[in-house]
Amino acid sequence: MSTPTRSPESDIHHSRMDDLSGIVPSPVRPTSDRPLLLIGLGAVAVWLVLWQVVGLHMVVGLVVGYLAFLLVSYLYYRAAGGQRVGLDIVVRWLVYAAFVCAVVPLISMLWTVIGQGLPLAFEWFFISTDMKGITGTHDQAYAAGEGPLVGGAGHAIIGTLIVTGLATVISVPIGMFTAIYLVEYGGKNALARGIRFLVDVMTGIPSIVAGLFAFALFTQIFGIRDAKMGLAGAVALSVLMIPTVVRNSEEMLRIVPNELREASLALGVPKWRTIAKVVLPTAASGLASGITLAIARVIGETAPLLVAIGFAREFNWNFLEGPMNTLAVYTYWMFTKPLSPAVIEPSQERAWAAALLLVILVVALNLLARFIAKIFAPKSGR
Amino acid sequence: MTRATSSAHKPVRRPGDVVFSSLSLGSGILILLILALVAVFLIWQGMPALTAEREEISGGEGFFSYVWPLVFGTVVASLIAMVLATPVAVGIALFVSHYAPRRVGNAIGFVIDLLAAVPSVVFGMWGMAVFAKQLVPLYDWLSQNLAFIPIFDGRSATGRTLLTAAVVLAVMILPIITSVSREVFLQTPRLHEEAALALGATKWEMIRTAVLPFGAPGVIGGVMLGLGRALGETMAVAIILSPGVFTWVLTASGNNTIPAEIALNFPEAAGLRLSELIAAGLVLFVLTLAVNLFARWIVEKRSEFSGAN
Repeated sequence: MSTPTRSPESDIHHSRMDDLSGIVPSPVRPTSDRPLLLIGLGAVAVWLVLWQVVGLHMVVGLVVGYLAFLLVSYLYYRAAGGQRVGLDIVVRWLVYAAFVCAVVPLISMLWTVIGQGLPLAFEWFFISTDMKGITGTHDQAYAAGEGPLVGGAGHAIIGTLIVTGLATVISVPIGMFTAIYLVEYGGKNALARGIRFLVDVMTGIPSIVAGLFAFALFTQIFGIRDAKMGLAGAVALSVLMIPTVVRNSEEMLRIVPNELREASLALGVPKWRTIAKVVLPTAASGLASGITLAIARVIGETAPLLVAIGFAREFNWNFLEGPMNTLAVYTYWMFTKPLSPAVIEPSQERAWAAALLLVILVVALNLLARFIAKIFAPKSGR
Repeated sequence: MTRATSSAHKPVRRPGDVVFSSLSLGSGILILLILALVAVFLIWQGMPALTAEREEISGGEGFFSYVWPLVFGTVVASLIAMVLATPVAVGIALFVSHYAPRRVGNAIGFVIDLLAAVPSVVFGMWGMAVFAKQLVPLYDWLSQNLAFIPIFDGRSATGRTLLTAAVVLAVMILPIITSVSREVFLQTPRLHEEAALALGATKWEMIRTAVLPFGAPGVIGGVMLGLGRALGETMAVAIILSPGVFTWVLTASGNNTIPAEIALNFPEAAGLRLSELIAAGLVLFVLTLAVNLFARWIVEKRSEFSGAN
């Protein structure tokens, strides 16, 4: 379309744009982003005026400015290219705004956790000591400047590693073998379909219900006095972890090419050796990354552990006896039940520091999972 | 595939095979058993509260009167979260699948995964310490100007209200809805999209006519999954909300949700109170189970539909 067409319809549509740029525009998209830039600058100006001069709340001003931007650009592009182009622009900027809506809380949250947690999180005493014998009086002394900040989350770090490790030891074999059954043995029979369905359902079990289940189970076995222990927490986490492991592993086993299985079986290798020596190694990187993600999912769980492992103030290495503590539970108790109700700052400092350690742990696990999946991925084809 | 080879001879039963296949079968059955056990134990331990005299239950009017305000709080907070999160999540999914360049899209996918990985207790602390305070002026304005609507008829000096909790829940379920939606949007048949564009559709018209109809069942499934997660979410609500008795007002403290009620009271509970909380957990379990079954059913239906395509 290098020359203007003669049809009356397109004349109506393009007359204004023709006047502006001298180019015949495509009817479905704007020819230039420059008007948008100008409108955007105008909207920013409106926002600054509303915020600084009129004195509206910053966010309210931003919303008004944004709506003004949408309206003006819609009107402009409708005049220039028709209603469809105007609508397209509006939707495009709504989609961009949706993205901003998700990023703002994430940044605010990370900013808060890092800012509040950093001073304490990497102090050696904080990661090496527990809360044994620490009371509100210590905190009051610290707040008054008469003593050091004492008490750390060492026991919680150890507890996190033990409970999550145990949960992994329980969940991975069960989850992997189930995935193997689903892919290698079950196929499409009724039992496999049923298991697949119920694993999906299990993914949706509320975490606190998993905790209640573990508590009820251990109350039956050990009696109500001794029910709260590390193992109970691990069982609760396993209920949450097994479905994730099954789903991830199943997907990974499913993409192992059938030719590999057939080649191995054709050589007379027993089926179980085929699975153990051919299928699993081929899928190893995917399996490892899936398991890492499953660990990352449960390591930050608070609710089930709150119910199942109680609250310990000191190091407890024995997961079969007595309450334990994990970073998430420690964070929760320090934040909501400060040692000294009058002086809450020291407890909050500990809570934020533990939260920062937890976030670092989770992010590291996520990155590790990506790294494993990328680096150790089987070289397929060429 | 393997059976055919052994038809001529008697199949060889190797001990390794027997052990391996029974281990696999056993694990599968164990999972069924665990799920059944969860239900059995909750019913068993919650039974005393369900059968107790009316006067013995907290509130003195029986288990049903005790639990329904909690169900109300849970459902209302989750529904608000769902309504807030869905358009934003669909927007982000479209941004990743159809607006952003591929590299940027991948990076954003990672950021969203990160949002999903943040522990809920951190969401709760952020919600209470940072976000709730920001909402106080909004609640003041609502209670001054829109008080004739019952849900806005009250204010909170701390911002620790059911509405705040619901907004934080919305942020928490964003990644779930986003990842499911992104997945189905990316599966839109390329030919449908190109056909729409070739007919002169704008990008939005292409999305409206090709991408959204194809993805709708998947998005609904994702939304239901998000709803299930919001119903069961504990720590964020337990920390943010300043709980109280049932009230229609959402901009002041009051109300509570089932998981938060359990988390707040369980550590000190004993005897019948314990059974009460476990029975409340059973109600929650049934509620989320229903939502999840519905979600799976919709997703299932979709996969049949797309398989026929």
